[in-house]
Amino acid sequence: MHLGLFIAFAVICVAGAISLVAQRHPINSALSLIVVMGSLAVLYLLLGAEFVAAIQLIVYAGAIMVLFVFVIMLLNAGAEERTRGSRVAMALGVPGLIVVAGVLMYTLAGHTAAGQDQLAIGATYGPPVAIGRSLFREFLLPFEVTSILILIAIMGAVLLARYHAAPAPETRAIDPDEAGDLLQLAGTHGSAAGARERRRAEHRMREREVTR
Amino acid sequence: MPLSQYILIAVVKIAIALFVLLTACAYVVLAERKLIARMQNRWGPTRVGPFGFLQPLADGLKFILKEDLIPSHVYKPLYIAAPMLSLTLALTAIAVIPIGQSVTIGNANIPLQITDVNIALLIILGLTSVGVYGIALAGWASNSKYSLLGSLRASAQMISYELALGLSLIGVLIGAGSFSLREIVNSQAGWHWNLWYRGQFVAFFVYLMAAFAETNRVPFDLPEAETELVAGYHTEYSAMKFAMFFVAEYANMFTVACLATLLFLGGWDGPVFGPAWLMVVLPVLWFVLKVILFIFVYIWIRGTLPRFRYDQLMAFGWKFLLPLALANILITSLVIGLTA
Repeated sequence: MHLGLFIAFAVICVAGAISLVAQRHPINSALSLIVVMGSLAVLYLLLGAEFVAAIQLIVYAGAIMVLFVFVIMLLNAGAEERTRGSRVAMALGVPGLIVVAGVLMYTLAGHTAAGQDQLAIGATYGPPVAIGRSLFREFLLPFEVTSILILIAIMGAVLLARYHAAPAPETRAIDPDEAGDLLQLAGTHGSAAGARERRRAEHRMREREVTR
Repeated sequence: MPLSQYILIAVVKIAIALFVLLTACAYVVLAERKLIARMQNRWGPTRVGPFGFLQPLADGLKFILKEDLIPSHVYKPLYIAAPMLSLTLALTAIAVIPIGQSVTIGNANIPLQITDVNIALLIILGLTSVGVYGIALAGWASNSKYSLLGSLRASAQMISYELALGLSLIGVLIGAGSFSLREIVNSQAGWHWNLWYRGQFVAFFVYLMAAFAETNRVPFDLPEAETELVAGYHTEYSAMKFAMFFVAEYANMFTVACLATLLFLGGWDGPVFGPAWLMVVLPVLWFVLKVILFIFVYIWIRGTLPRFRYDQLMAFGWKFLLPLALANILITSLVIGLTA
């Protein structure tokens, strides 16, 4: 029974992944990715990791993919054009894929033969209590460091979102002619420094618009 | 228990639960129309059957017999899939909701719940978060500006209030120490309801507000604001496809009402007395009464409050409910940490 479910959802997962790449419309690709996430959640469930399965559903399928779908909907991205693809990628990619898959399979098969620790399908080792214990006892420091990292990321996002709304006080207003000169000047350099200068000039123009 | 018996019991339970849920949805629509009518000094439906009791049947028949229009400019696969997705996810949530202890028929002890999983609460949260797709895709696939605006509003609202909803439950979870709804109810047995015994009334308030927003009900029904958006995300839908969205909305109302009862009002806890059969029936009755109380509050508020403006809605969710829920977690864990 467990094995049957595993095979069914593994097939759905791989089919979703192939459909993700093969679909022409971005929204269909995003929906295929949701199928992959959902079937991964079922696979976690089969391995006895209930909590991880539920979190996979809530965070990945529910929150992150909603953002993906949102962006596609708001940008109103249409169906993409098909190209024949790069020949180099075909020449190098296919043998590379075969080699990687072969090495992976060889390693996994070797471990099975050696009789090392395996996880039985249908075992229960991931109830919420066990995960909570290991998070707050063994892995307390990594857990806290990760949460601070996420906090910094949130604050960074807020700062970036507010950046243009609140210009720095020392910003001086520049007239359009000067800005045009600056842009031209920056364009003639053509180097990395020139690009940076150009960006800065554009930025200053934008700030001027806001302050007005 | 042999496998065949197990499957038989499960199928019978699913059939009964679905039948009861769908009938209840139909009759809540009637109750809502009647109650709102009384609040506005009207009669409401009176023509079909005595006191309009057969009105839901007539409505259902109408939905089935109506021509199923599919506008020519829609993206067909997703347009058809979206209402099905909404309805399926809304009905699935009932699978993990317990309505009472267990009954013994013959030699089988049958719990009054389709399936008792130890992450039931997380499953319901997962289903609500995936449920956003039904609405988002309906709006996008309809290829109409009103639908798209409505679905964007609905999705943004659901994502924002999901946070406050989830955080408001943490105080209850800390107290009960389990995600299993049955264990959460058992931890409140003997009038030790979370609402007062563990001081979760702030969490209850946050949950109630967020639940109104999650189900897109008044005063948070901006996604369907008919004065500006025609009908929001289901503008282009008709007949049975519209009915699917409609039933999904009412099924979601029942889910959040059941959850509120289980988490804050002690589930089926209440006075139990009399012979053995009454001991089984009474808890279920208390549970149903508490759920009906919530549904009544829903309808009452619809008859009372005007709609929020969109910026008020977002400010209320992010600047008021979310900090309130976080403060509740902090104080609850502090109290439990100091007293335990």
